[in-house]
Amino acid sequence: MSMVTADPKDVPQVAHFAFTPENLAKARALMANYPPGRQASAVIGVLDLAQRQQGWLPRVAMNEVARLLDMAPIRVYEIATFYTMFQLRPRGKYLLQVCTTTPCWLRGSDAIMKACEHAADGDTFSVQEVECLGGCVNAPVVQINDDFYEDLDETSLQKVLDAFRRGETPKPGPQVDRQTSAPEGGPTTLRSA
Amino acid sequence: MLADKDRIFTNLYGYGDWRLEGARKRGAWDGTKALIERGHDAIIEEMKKSGLRGRGGAGFPTGLKWSFMPKEVKDRPHYLIVNADESEPGTCKDRDIMRHDPHLLVEGCLIAGFAMRANAGYIYVRGEFYNEAQNLMAAIREAYDAGLLGKNACGSGWDFDLYVHRGAGAYICGEETALLESLEGKKGMPRLKPPFPAGAGLYGCPSTVNNVESIAVAPTILRRGAPWFAGIGRPNNTGTKLFCISGHVNRPCNVEEEMGIPLRELIDRHCGGVRGGWDNLLAVIPGGASVPLLPKSICDTVLMDFDSLRDQKSGLGTAAVIVMDKSTDVVKAIARLSQFYKHESCGQCTPCREGTGWMWRVMERMVTGNARLDEIDALEDVTRQVEGHTICALGDAAAWPIQGLIRHFRPEMERRIRARTEKLAAE
Repeated sequence: MSMVTADPKDVPQVAHFAFTPENLAKARALMANYPPGRQASAVIGVLDLAQRQQGWLPRVAMNEVARLLDMAPIRVYEIATFYTMFQLRPRGKYLLQVCTTTPCWLRGSDAIMKACEHAADGDTFSVQEVECLGGCVNAPVVQINDDFYEDLDETSLQKVLDAFRRGETPKPGPQVDRQTSAPEGGPTTLRSA
Repeated sequence: MLADKDRIFTNLYGYGDWRLEGARKRGAWDGTKALIERGHDAIIEEMKKSGLRGRGGAGFPTGLKWSFMPKEVKDRPHYLIVNADESEPGTCKDRDIMRHDPHLLVEGCLIAGFAMRANAGYIYVRGEFYNEAQNLMAAIREAYDAGLLGKNACGSGWDFDLYVHRGAGAYICGEETALLESLEGKKGMPRLKPPFPAGAGLYGCPSTVNNVESIAVAPTILRRGAPWFAGIGRPNNTGTKLFCISGHVNRPCNVEEEMGIPLRELIDRHCGGVRGGWDNLLAVIPGGASVPLLPKSICDTVLMDFDSLRDQKSGLGTAAVIVMDKSTDVVKAIARLSQFYKHESCGQCTPCREGTGWMWRVMERMVTGNARLDEIDALEDVTRQVEGHTICALGDAAAWPIQGLIRHFRPEMERRIRARTEKLAAE
């Protein structure tokens, strides 16, 4: 259990938040996935939309989500602080989420974490240590924004980070010669297919 | 070894097309209408006969679980919920189903939903699996456009709507009642049971929560027949299973294999063996972070199924095999899991909220030997006080890895304590 506050004292003030028309339509589409009166079910999805629009979740954005979903603001703050993917302070353009749980740790996540911490300038890159990302057979894994970068070592990580610095989006997935979760060198099954 | 013709996940690695056209070529959505026309109870009966046990970790018989739903829909609708909050450290199989063969899951949802008389289903996907959720949503859209979902799904006369619900980072939401809370827009805090979800689940309505793999194998089981599935593996441990082998093997991978395959064969055949050879093996966590580890002596012969691993005081769990060679600091490896559980405890029950933190802090001292010998017993005692004294199984899951470590590696823990004590005395 981690201690998180919905209102950190050291974040910049944001006076106003409104969804763009496009995001408002997406939010309403999410709300329509649930039975009438159950629109609060959409809170995670709508907070995610707000975060994608703003880059992080200032208090005014949570309030707007509460208003839209007809929830008490405190219920929205509870969600925003309970789930680790919500960012309650501004972050860099690319968020490096480094998995350090045992399967990644066994494959060298200490060095990956160190390199990511070194790269984090708060502007281009921010870094966050996270628990198991669910890519364990491709360890070590770093999630950068929405994509998983897998089978990393210090050299391939640097290549990925350098590409982001140049404004490119390097190819996600395994950074070694390998098809997704198949064994390196080719599959041991389904070879006839 | 399981023959290719007996594999269910024939696009596991995504070499083929994951969309509807590709899925159809692999046999998905073939005769779905006829499967549904067998009727609710016949489907459930066939699933029972197949011997399928839930693939999410607990191994509860899937057909039996479906049969707990009320036999008729009264004032409250029924819901199918799919648990795609795959977060158990070591586990990454549902990810492959969602990104590479989502139609197996979508078709399974229709069939399972029909069997339990649900007209709606929600798939709860962990938030980090953004791209996987996109593929799944695209597959659902394709299914709607082809008339396979929605009103009169597949021309069966049954209406079925299916939605993807994304989470936002919380291991606890893999616990079925925490998942339901989260789906209702609340913090993912497990509910007291009873009532069980089949009586009062999502929005207080009858609901059944199943793992992705359990649902995705259902259409193939029905098409090929329960005897086919039951003929693979051993009695009470039937069928095929997705294994995730991570850690110190030469080629980590996911692979579909027969239940009950010897652990050593699994590693040698599909992963190129343990790094440095079998004799370099130290220990294996055979079923995801929450099951106790096994030392090499047991790994030499153990079979990978529910009952064999239970007999060794461990478990098949999610079949996530985490391999550690002799270079591993095994105390540190388990301490890192303790940190995981401390981070993921929802904080609702005192034994878990306080116990996970306490156990982690003591485990960190055990790593360096900064402890007294009798603290090993104290640690073991605390794990017993957490285990079974919480609303959900997270407390148990935090206790078991430590119990396994003490059971099999106590001499190593004692050695560290003695070495540190001697070093301090010498200074």
